[in-house]
Amino acid sequence: MSRIDFSFDPNWMDTLSAPFMTNAFLAGLCIAFAAGVMGYFTIARHSTFAAHALAHIGLPGATGAVLLGLPVSLGLGAFALGGALVIGALGKRVSEREIATGTVLAFATGLGLFFARLSSSASQQMQSILFGSILTITTAQIIGFAVFDVLLLAVLAVIYRPLLFSSLDEQVAQAKGVPIGWMNVAFMAIMAGVITIAVPAVGTLLIFALVITPAAAANILAASPLKAMMIAGATCLASIWGGLVLSAMFPAPPSFVIVTISTVFWGVAKAFDALRRR
Amino acid sequence: MDERTQNAIVFRGAAVRRGDRTIWRDGDFTIPAGTVTAIVGTNGAGKTTMMKAELGLLPLSEGTVTVFGRPAGEANKLIGYVPQSYVSDIDSNLTAFQSVLLGLTGTRFGIHPVTRAQRAKATEAMAFVGIADKASYRLSELSGGLRQRVAIAQAIVSDPKLLMLDEPLANLDLASQRAVAHLLARLNRELGMTIQVVAHDLNMLLPILTGAVYLLDGHPHYADMRKVLDSELLTHLYGTNVQVVTTPQGDMFVTPSSDEPEGHPLDMHTASEVAELHHHSHTPAMHHHADTPQGGGPLTAADDETNTANKTNRR
Repeated sequence: MSRIDFSFDPNWMDTLSAPFMTNAFLAGLCIAFAAGVMGYFTIARHSTFAAHALAHIGLPGATGAVLLGLPVSLGLGAFALGGALVIGALGKRVSEREIATGTVLAFATGLGLFFARLSSSASQQMQSILFGSILTITTAQIIGFAVFDVLLLAVLAVIYRPLLFSSLDEQVAQAKGVPIGWMNVAFMAIMAGVITIAVPAVGTLLIFALVITPAAAANILAASPLKAMMIAGATCLASIWGGLVLSAMFPAPPSFVIVTISTVFWGVAKAFDALRRR
Repeated sequence: MDERTQNAIVFRGAAVRRGDRTIWRDGDFTIPAGTVTAIVGTNGAGKTTMMKAELGLLPLSEGTVTVFGRPAGEANKLIGYVPQSYVSDIDSNLTAFQSVLLGLTGTRFGIHPVTRAQRAKATEAMAFVGIADKASYRLSELSGGLRQRVAIAQAIVSDPKLLMLDEPLANLDLASQRAVAHLLARLNRELGMTIQVVAHDLNMLLPILTGAVYLLDGHPHYADMRKVLDSELLTHLYGTNVQVVTTPQGDMFVTPSSDEPEGHPLDMHTASEVAELHHHSHTPAMHHHADTPQGGGPLTAADDETNTANKTNRR
C-alpha cells in the first residue's frame, strides 16, 4: 500500500523563485483585486448562486474551446458572458431563482463533460478547468488579467453609487431614475469577467471559495462597502499567496490550500462574530 | 398658487392593464398638495399598482396621471418612495447612515466624493425620524420598525414634496405603527409634505388622514375622509361587514362586525371582475349606494363635493 507523503520540502524557497511561481503570484494579485471588489456586490445583490453558476456555464465553453483549438479563457469567457447577459437581461429577481439557476448549472456542467470527451486534449484539460492550475498561468494571461482589472476599476468608478443603490433596493433606485436593468446587465457582465480570470487559479468548482467567501468574511468585519472590499481583496490575496507558499512547502495542490485558507478566514470571522454578539 | 403647486396628483381617465386584465380604470380625481391620503382596497385591487403608475413605473393603458403638473415619472425627483419590501427583504450589510446617504448620492454616475453638506443632510434626516443614534448600525441589525424609519429617512433626505409609502405599517408591532404614524403626521405638518400611504388597516392612520383613494369595483375614487368613514362604503370596500365605531372620547375605529349573519349574501367582487362588468354609466344595482340624478357615479357623496372639479371631465 502506497503511503501518501506529506513530508516538508526543504527546497521550497527554490520552488518559489521559479518563473512560473512569479507568474502565479502576479496572477493572484490581479485575481484578488477583482474578486474582492465584485464579491462584495455579489453578496449585496443576493446573486452568489448566479455567480457560481456562471463558472459552470463557462465550463462547456472552456472544453469546447479546447476541442476547437482555441484558448481556454476565450471559450470560458464567451460562455460566461453569454450566460451573464441572459441572466442579467432577465433581471435581478431571476438571479435569485435557485431552481432555474441550478438546473442550468447542472446542464452546463454535463455539456462541458460531453465536449471534453469528444477530444483527448480536452479530456486532459478537464481537471485543470474544474480545479484550476495556477502554476501554469502564462505571462500573456497575466497581461489580460491586468487589463481587465484596469477596466473594472474604470467602469466601477463610474457606476459605483447607482450600482450600490440598486443593490440595496431596486424599487427605490428605479423610482429615483437609476437604470436598474442596465445596472444588472453591467454587474453580471463584470462578474463573467471576474469568473474568467479567477477560474485558472482554482477552477470552476472551487471559485465560490475564492470570490464569495472572502467577501462574506469581510462583510462580517466591516460595514462600509469600501472597507469590506479592501478586506475581501486582502483575504483573497492572503489565500492565494498563502496557498502558493504552503503548496511549495508541502506536496498539496495549490487550489486545495487556497480554498482551505479562504474557508479558515471565513470560519474565524464567523466565530469572531458569534463571540461579539454574545 | 398655480395648479402645479396646488395639486399633487391628478388622474384623468386613467386605467392600468396587465395582460388581458384591467386592474382598474376611470381614475378621475385630484389629490391636493399638503394632504395625507390613504390608498385603500381589497387585496389585488391595485393599490401598489396605483403607486407605480404615479411613479411612471407602470404604463397607463388609458388616460393620464400628472404629479405636480408633470406627467407621471417626470417629477420623481420630487417624490420620496418607500416600497413595501423594505422591512422584510432588506438584509443589507450597509449601515443606516450609508443607506440614508444613498438617497442623496445613489443616482449619480461618476466619481463624486460625499460632501460635508450631504453628510449633514443625512444626519438631519435621521434625526428627524428619530434614529440619529442608530447611524452606525447595519440594516441587518435593526428591527423592522427601525428599518422602516431608515427607509423613510432615505426617502426624505432629498427633500421631496410628496412621500409615498406602500404598507408602511405592515409587520410592525403596535408601538412601531404608532411611531410611524406620528412621524408621518410630523412630516406633513412641519415640513408640509404631501403624503400618500397604501394601507390595509386604516385605524392607526385615521387621526392623520385627510382623505382616501379607495379602489372600489375596479375604479379609484378620491374622497374626503369623512365620506370614506361610512360603514356601508367600507363594507363594500373590504367585501366583509365593517362598522365604524365612535368612542365616547370621539376616536373612530373601523372594525369588522361582531358576527356575520349566516347566508347573508356578501357583496364581493374581485377587482378584475368588476372592472370588466361595471362602468360608471350603468348597473347601479351593483352598489349599495343610491345614485343621485346628476351623478351617475357609484359614490355620489364623494363625487358631489370633493370631486366637483372632475365633473366636467366625466363622460
